[in-house]
Amino acid sequence: MSDEHDNNKSYQAQSSEVLDGSAGSINPDMDYVRPAEIPEQDLYHAHSFIEKWIFCQDAKVIGVQYFLTAVFTGIVGLILSWLMRLQLGFPELAGFMTAEHYYQFVTMHGMIMVVYFLTALFLGGFGNYLIPLMVGARDMVFPYVNMLSFWMFFVAVMVLMASFFVPGGPTGAGWTLYPPQTILEGTPGSGTGILLMLISLSLFVIGFTMGGLNYMITILQARTRGMTLMRMPLTVWGIFTATVLAMLAFPALLVSAIMMTLDKVLQTSFFMPTILKAGEVLEYGGGSPILFQHLFWFFGHPEVYIVALPAFGIVSDLISVHARKNIFGYRMMVWAIVGIGGLSFFVWAHHMYVSGMNPWFGFFFATTTLIIAVPTAMKVYNWILTLWRGNIRINTVMLWCLGFIVTFVNGGITGIFLGNVSVDVPLSDTYFVVAHFHMVMGIAPLMVIMGAVYHWFPLVAGKMLSETLGKWHFWITFLGAYSIYFPMHYLGFIGVPRRYFEMYDSPYMTSTVGMNEFISVAAFIVGAAQFILVFNIIKTLKTGKKAEQNPWKANSLEWYTSTVPPEHGNFGERLPVVHRWPYDFSVPGAKDDFIPQTTAPSEVANTEVEKT
Amino acid sequence: MSEQKIDGFELKPGFKGMASDTGSDQTMFKGVHWGKAMMWIFLLSDTFVFSCFLISYMKGRGSTIVDWPNTSEVFSLHVGGVPVPLLLIAIMTFVLITSSGTMALAVKYGYEKNRKMCGWLILATAVGGLTFVGMQVFEWSKLIHEGVRPWGNPFGAAQFGSFFFMITGFHGFHVSIGVIFLFIYTYKVFAGHYETKKRGWFTKMKGDYVEIEILGLYWHFVDLVWVFIFAFFYLW
Repeated sequence: MSDEHDNNKSYQAQSSEVLDGSAGSINPDMDYVRPAEIPEQDLYHAHSFIEKWIFCQDAKVIGVQYFLTAVFTGIVGLILSWLMRLQLGFPELAGFMTAEHYYQFVTMHGMIMVVYFLTALFLGGFGNYLIPLMVGARDMVFPYVNMLSFWMFFVAVMVLMASFFVPGGPTGAGWTLYPPQTILEGTPGSGTGILLMLISLSLFVIGFTMGGLNYMITILQARTRGMTLMRMPLTVWGIFTATVLAMLAFPALLVSAIMMTLDKVLQTSFFMPTILKAGEVLEYGGGSPILFQHLFWFFGHPEVYIVALPAFGIVSDLISVHARKNIFGYRMMVWAIVGIGGLSFFVWAHHMYVSGMNPWFGFFFATTTLIIAVPTAMKVYNWILTLWRGNIRINTVMLWCLGFIVTFVNGGITGIFLGNVSVDVPLSDTYFVVAHFHMVMGIAPLMVIMGAVYHWFPLVAGKMLSETLGKWHFWITFLGAYSIYFPMHYLGFIGVPRRYFEMYDSPYMTSTVGMNEFISVAAFIVGAAQFILVFNIIKTLKTGKKAEQNPWKANSLEWYTSTVPPEHGNFGERLPVVHRWPYDFSVPGAKDDFIPQTTAPSEVANTEVEKT
Repeated sequence: MSEQKIDGFELKPGFKGMASDTGSDQTMFKGVHWGKAMMWIFLLSDTFVFSCFLISYMKGRGSTIVDWPNTSEVFSLHVGGVPVPLLLIAIMTFVLITSSGTMALAVKYGYEKNRKMCGWLILATAVGGLTFVGMQVFEWSKLIHEGVRPWGNPFGAAQFGSFFFMITGFHGFHVSIGVIFLFIYTYKVFAGHYETKKRGWFTKMKGDYVEIEILGLYWHFVDLVWVFIFAFFYLW
């Protein structure tokens, strides 16, 4: 923030223009923050067990509910990935699995992990818990709608899970659900399975819209006194921008789901061309399968950033706190998040280079795709420059953050390969693609989630997670994840196609047997290692040591609540008043190495704080 | 906005004002009710839904191999044996746009705390919406009677029926939801819930006449979408 400002300017001179909001009227009082504009929020307190823990209107409880439901689906997705790896590495042990099962597991693994696990966890889980606390609000602005949002999500998950138990099983069309094969006989789950998937996605979109409106309005219209947009923690910026993307991208998913449902149920031909089946012409005709791909990826690509942007935001905060240094280039970080969000709507067709488009389209979308690398690289530089000469604490949280940076750079670089049409075409539908997107939007955001869990657990539960178990968890996951995905890049280069049930008897495929066995073993270990966290949480809840109020010595508002864990209404009788950004760490001249956002300028008058 | 006063904050006109509002604390849209801001953002999202529908329709219509039906014949109404194109649809559009007018008046009388007028006007809006849905049912049944189905029709490309029923159905669903809420609000206004600050049945929150304006925003949006549907289906 201070890039263009002289740090040595005294605070006195700066305070009026910053805190007053209206330049021109100089206020002599350096601690002045203009009065509250919004009346106190009318909160409905729970009266019974059901209102407190089940149909709860408190965003924090809703956040935990979202988190647990998402983790449950995530574990289902994890088990599906084990089954897939068992088939690929040790087909002789997976005799119970047919090709149909394999396709169904691939599909459900993909959809669960992207939509029902990562999106729900970041926006529903962390968003609900952290937004009101970090912007200094008592709760989300529409608590009732927020509650409906969770229950809608819950029903969506149940509908999705129900598809495992219907005749024909869940859909096996791949998570992209490309027509026409998705709804044609012969694709596993083309009966009830695909229908339940489409219904579940529609419910998810409706539920998410309710939540997303809450997140956006809470951030835009319910901040506490002194909290400007440019004083918000980057976590909030990341979640906010991701929510905007979701509000504009999910409509395309909803529309394509509705249209495909009609194609399936009413035999319309939105996406269905004329099709010959066993010599007979089907009832369908005249539709466009490419239209679906455009709609799907208009949702699908922003979806990648819906997962990535909250991770970018959260990791910035974690790095800053645990390196005891302000985030490098805060404003640049904010604009990079916004820029990536905006650009993400103009790149969707890079998923369709081999679908049959006008070559100029490929040219256009390759260009926009590569432009996204600019703000993304800025973020990576800024994380590294934040670490540079920081007072780095190598604890579990920091390890996850460092793991994230490395993994994200790895996945990002392969993204540059795939963004170029001429490089992408031979690599399309190979394991290279699998390795790329797992690195960049699977493992990398997952590392941030893990770091965030270790960071905020003391706030949510009031107890500290075990560091020893945490480090075991990190190292096994980190090294294991690389053992899984590095070999996959190689598999992709030699041309092994993805989504194949088995490695057929061609020389280049059989040469990969050893490597596939290795990947599978690593996948089993990494998957099992995640249960270290589950064990850690259960053990900590039972016997863990009580956390102090602000164990990491952080500045942002969530650590300055009246009680830990925070109660309904978050901040006790009076809402906090904010005087600075949340990154005043290791300020020269200050008594402690951190200055909370609520500290008034007069209390730190002799320090060289940054103008925010 | 010029009369509005925000304590300790100077509201400026134009881009400067936008920048200073954005850079300030607490709220970005000064003096805007939470519910109103929410409705605007929801409508933005809903705009994307309808845009996706209409763009898909254009793509579908542009790429069929069979000719598109002649819409001025298909949608015409026979009056005394003479086909009059666009007759029904003109009446439907007129009714819906009129209901937007009564809605706007209801908002005005609501803010003036004129409970009676506000209530009657919301009721009139609801009845207008209901009439629209009723006429849509009539149009659908007429088309179905003539053999138009989502999966095919005797007049031309099968996609005609698919897109027509899907998009007008989705719009009609929006109108129906609006009508339900209009009836609920009619009750709330006549029962004086906004004066007594009675808490809502579900949300347990106190109501205010701003709710009428929020519903009004939704209603005007539904009308606006209809104008586009009208243009794309009936005039193209």
